Amino acid sequence: MQALSSIGVAGLIGFAIYGALIWAPTEKTMGFLQRIFYFHAASGEVMILAFCAAFIGNVGYLWRRKLEWDWLATAGVEVGLIFNTISLVTGPIWAKPAWGIWWDWSDARLTSTFVLWILYIGYVVLRRLIENPERRAVVSSVFGVFAFLDVPLVYFSIWWWRTQHPPPLITKPGGLAPDMLKVFFFTMGALTALMAILIRQRYKLEVVRHTVAEMQIEAEYRNDGGGL
Amino acid sequence: MNHFGSVVAAYMFIWGILMVYQFTVSRRISNLRQEVERLKETMERGKRK
Repeated sequence: MQALSSIGVAGLIGFAIYGALIWAPTEKTMGFLQRIFYFHAASGEVMILAFCAAFIGNVGYLWRRKLEWDWLATAGVEVGLIFNTISLVTGPIWAKPAWGIWWDWSDARLTSTFVLWILYIGYVVLRRLIENPERRAVVSSVFGVFAFLDVPLVYFSIWWWRTQHPPPLITKPGGLAPDMLKVFFFTMGALTALMAILIRQRYKLEVVRHTVAEMQIEAEYRNDGGGL
Repeated sequence: MNHFGSVVAAYMFIWGILMVYQFTVSRRISNLRQEVERLKETMERGKRK
């Protein structure tokens, strides 16, 4: 079942690449360069979904105090960071030829996305500093809820402030050609499926890590003569 | 504007980072599974003693 879903997602990604690089019509102003947009913008959307999963995990842990929620949060943060990095790197690759600059610190969308990356890197570092699983889960959940406050800022920054970053062409009437829209939504669907698989795999890693920690405690207990 | 190189660079980065991440997570799971097996054997030996 797991192998089947991985093959299915690989197929979706293959079709998305074909759609973005070959099938979609070439944009008049930016030409071939615009083809970065499909995966750049979709990565940004998927990043937000992954951080939402992490937020659910953080709130779930603070509410229920079950480690499974904390594992979901960790998985969401790590996968979200991957898509965050993709959007932060592919953006400047597109911006340099299009705007003539790699980066603009006065742009609210760019800066808030970078701040988001720093915050969640902080989340990962924080987890490594705390050994006790329960304490680690509490501290990182509180920090995770705080870090998530930047997510709406990232999403709405292009409406709230005047930015160099383009406005959403998807919702704007006449913004994107219908074939381009189809490719964009297909790419978003493919990356969302990939995100779900990566979160599931990362969650599994936490499950196995927990099993190892429990077995190590049990082995130590037995070596000490069963606590006698 | 053509900028074929920029598109290639962007796509190579996307698939590079995703493959490296997938590989590291798989390797970490595999190492932990080996550790589970090792601990099982240690505990089995402990029981026999």
